[in-house]
Amino acid sequence: MVAALTAFWPDKLESDWAYTSDLAVTCGALAVALGLAAFAGVRFAVCQRLQRLSPWLLALALFLAAWEAVTAKLGLLPLPFFPPPQAIVEVVIDDWERLAAGIFASARLLATGYFLGAAAGFVTGVSIGWSRLAGYWIHPVLRFIGPLPATAWLPLAFFVFPSSFSASIFLIALATGFPVTVLTWSGVAGVNSAYYDIARTLGASQRFLVLKVAIPAAMPHVFVGLFMGLGNSFAVLVVAEMLGVRAGLGWYLQWAQGWAAYANMYAALLVMAFLCSGLITLLFRVRDRLLSWQKGLVRW
Amino acid sequence: MVAAAASDYPVSGTTLTLREVSHRFDLEGQPLPVLDRISLQVGRGEFVALLGPSGCGKSTLLRLVAGLDFPSAGTLLTEGKAIEGPDPSRVVVFQDPTLYPWRTVWSNVALGLEARGLLRTHRERVADALRLVGLTGFANAYPHQLSGGMAQRAALARALVNDPKLLILDEPLGQLDSLTRITMQGELVSLWQRSGFTALLVTHDVEEALFLAGRVIVLSQRPAHISAEIVNPRPYPRHRGDPHLAQLRHEVLVHLGLDATW
Repeated sequence: MVAALTAFWPDKLESDWAYTSDLAVTCGALAVALGLAAFAGVRFAVCQRLQRLSPWLLALALFLAAWEAVTAKLGLLPLPFFPPPQAIVEVVIDDWERLAAGIFASARLLATGYFLGAAAGFVTGVSIGWSRLAGYWIHPVLRFIGPLPATAWLPLAFFVFPSSFSASIFLIALATGFPVTVLTWSGVAGVNSAYYDIARTLGASQRFLVLKVAIPAAMPHVFVGLFMGLGNSFAVLVVAEMLGVRAGLGWYLQWAQGWAAYANMYAALLVMAFLCSGLITLLFRVRDRLLSWQKGLVRW
Repeated sequence: MVAAAASDYPVSGTTLTLREVSHRFDLEGQPLPVLDRISLQVGRGEFVALLGPSGCGKSTLLRLVAGLDFPSAGTLLTEGKAIEGPDPSRVVVFQDPTLYPWRTVWSNVALGLEARGLLRTHRERVADALRLVGLTGFANAYPHQLSGGMAQRAALARALVNDPKLLILDEPLGQLDSLTRITMQGELVSLWQRSGFTALLVTHDVEEALFLAGRVIVLSQRPAHISAEIVNPRPYPRHRGDPHLAQLRHEVLVHLGLDATW
């Protein structure tokens, strides 16, 4: 079935785009490999897994073929805005240094901001959930400031902080911190009171109740907060990079658009999609490991 | 077969004294009396059952004994000392096993030792407790993998690992199916006989109370006061078909106002 794809590829050799032949050859090779896999699938487990994916592979191939057809072959879509696939391959191969630098800068900013925000949010959430005094003082502040989108702080942050890098870290941390705080808090506040009763009759101290009862019981909620925070942090990262920081994938997007280098833009978008999806997957993996005791976890 | 009396076994339990204990809740500003001047004396190693209609305040009484709540009036004493808070020598097993779902059976049972910093020195007691309740093979299982009876056994092991002097049982078998329940009643008796703790059981199952306890305290409707006290001198292990137990059952039902059902 997958072998049928082969038919789509070798007929795309004329046009003035660089890497066209390479793309065609790669696709052809891939198709042949997939075709062989389809035949070998009866015997090898890996190939059988591939076979399960074949409807998706076919759809992808059709999409690429259609894309190739309406851009490079027929020229139906206006050119600078909709480059053919080989143009994106060209960017990834020729401009990888700048892309890699962008990835590195973005990752550094995101990681620092996210971890600071998540840690601060977690600690704040636990204290509001646990201590009445902390709740009294922090809750109103949280209610008033929390719902404000972190990007609204942007002008102020770039003005107050010594560098645009530290300002962006603050914004990302803020965007991450709010959902983590609220969900950690609600997780801690919602713990079954019988858990505390039992631990108390077994001789648990306050410290034990917080660390060994309240926090583990709140973890499913905390992870919901971490997911929401991660999504928020992506949004703030890109905005901050577009408006202030002179590095990173967001800046690369902006820069590419400024030079009307649309292929570069698509390439950056593609890389970003891979990274964001990869990070979410990673967080899911961490959660699945930590919360393996839970029944019926959502698979990502 | 020679039946042994409870007094033949080692006694490591505590005494429990309730003096004129009253309690009321605040329900939207209205005081709701639940316990009305309850006085009770429980001896070392005795097995006492509190029997009463549901909602009469039995569980409230147990929370006071556990030290989780404090009475509006009156005093509670163990070994002549006032109960001032929860203490691992007085452990509660609730109707709902309430195991910690993120901990394996082993570390659920180990919780009491861990909380008191005794886990390192008394690690082997966890395995002992698991063996006592027949859960040795399930040490690494998570609570959601257990049946109701197994979960309640694990909860029992979690209490026993602390070597309690007073075991407070709040309808511990209430949620089990009747067959598991019968088995576990027998297990409770042998655990109690072997360990010698004092046991205070709340139940609304007359047969269960008479099968387990040496003394049955019948409580009235809310606000609860003691309406009768029935001594059950039958030796352990008891037999369900024992005509003396049937007679006592009739007596208890009379006190509960259910004479017509006999």
